[in-house]
Amino acid sequence: MALDSMQEIIDEAMASHREIWQVVLNVDEDERQVSEEQSLERMRYTWQAMLDSVDSYQSERRSVSGLVGGDGQRMREFSKSGKALSGDYLQEVIATALKVGESNACMCKIVAAPTAGACGVLPAVLVPLYKSAKASEEEILKALYVASGIGAVIASRACIAGAAGGCQAEIGSASAMAAGALVALQGGDAVQIGNAAAMALKNLMGLVCDPIAGLVEVPCVKRNVVGAVNAVASADMAMAGITSRVPVDEVIDCMGDVGRRMPVEFRETALGGLAATPFGQSIKKQMQGGQ
Amino acid sequence: MLDIFDILGPVMVGPSSSHTAGAVRIGKMARTLLGAQPVKAEIGLHGSFAETGQGHGTDRALVAGLLGMRPDDLDIPRSFEIAREQGLDFTFKVLQLRDAHPNTAVLKVEDASGKKLTVQAVSTGGGRIRVDKINGVDVNFTGAFNTLVVRHQDVPGELNRITGELVGQVNIANMSLFRNRRGGEVLTVIEMDEKLKPDVLDRIGSLYAVQDVTYYEKED
Repeated sequence: MALDSMQEIIDEAMASHREIWQVVLNVDEDERQVSEEQSLERMRYTWQAMLDSVDSYQSERRSVSGLVGGDGQRMREFSKSGKALSGDYLQEVIATALKVGESNACMCKIVAAPTAGACGVLPAVLVPLYKSAKASEEEILKALYVASGIGAVIASRACIAGAAGGCQAEIGSASAMAAGALVALQGGDAVQIGNAAAMALKNLMGLVCDPIAGLVEVPCVKRNVVGAVNAVASADMAMAGITSRVPVDEVIDCMGDVGRRMPVEFRETALGGLAATPFGQSIKKQMQGGQ
Repeated sequence: MLDIFDILGPVMVGPSSSHTAGAVRIGKMARTLLGAQPVKAEIGLHGSFAETGQGHGTDRALVAGLLGMRPDDLDIPRSFEIAREQGLDFTFKVLQLRDAHPNTAVLKVEDASGKKLTVQAVSTGGGRIRVDKINGVDVNFTGAFNTLVVRHQDVPGELNRITGELVGQVNIANMSLFRNRRGGEVLTVIEMDEKLKPDVLDRIGSLYAVQDVTYYEKED
């Protein structure tokens, strides 16, 4: 089967008494002509690179414009003060999203998921669970198959590039992938996974891609935080039995449609949104002046 | 269909899958098609590559690829220094191409023996690339498959002889063939599911009208 419909994946999983991660794994075996063990090995390598992208964070590094760096550490220190409104897990989610987003902006090694600009979302929700022993490596790998299946459907039916569909296509897609992965980790079924992905994508519908000076820095790093937190909320809603009223494939098609109609100023061209503010313009001028 | 490891991946040095990882792959593709490490490279940047390329490290990424690095190589930010150490002389210029994708690069490369090659390629998003022209001849391939590029004279039956060597060896996924004029030079591009054995490559290279053969093996 092709990974081009969440409903088909869900139907296939239920009809064959498999879970979504198994359906996606079997598609990978088929498409790349690899064994189950080879596919899992590649996923393990990808997960290890995600873990490394969190562990290798250096708070003193700064991005090329100087705008990005050190915020992951700031959040971590605030956590220690005990004054944060969000709970322990969510505090870690926020700090991890910032760290990986910052590392990316500083030319460190990350895993594009689905893009480099959105690379902080999946590690932000998964790594804290793994590190606090609430999820085993085996469970994480299964969740990553679910995430990649959701991402493949979005790439097939809509788009995952900011230049094609705005930030909703990058952070929105990453958030949908992360929401589905979390539901899989929490023991939700195929239908709940579909609902979580649909809700996450709906909540970020219309988000524009407006990077200052065209750099993957502002507002990209902090949008990783909102993608991750939205994924947690969507997963919790799905596990509570809350459903998306609009079917998941229709939500994905709609995101693609909104992306196609989005003015070009809001699709990674740095001509609109925050990039067009006086502050954004001043940074652009500074960059053009060769710093 | 998309590989799920194109969605969850590539593992790469930031900050942009299109402007950094894709640029490394374009450089590496040009190096592979040249068949050796270049000693000279004139790199033209078009559209968004020219406008935001410096901030994304597109320039350093292209040079890193020419040096044979992969998108996850931590030496990418240092590629200019490494190129100087290894004797690769590179220059950049801004291009304004007509009807080209915003993330287009044109690489004119030359190896130590004086062999020259011009590659026009596009970073299409998520780290994926597409080669649009080789030495001015239109092509269309992505490096997502094991790829055979055969330059040969436009004579009847040559395609049959080339593909004949592949029988029993590999399955052809996609194929294209373009010529500059009747009886002139042809570029045949064959994308394959399996890897090609060196002896098959040698046999194709020694066919009557074949001028040269290049083989690009996809990243693991």
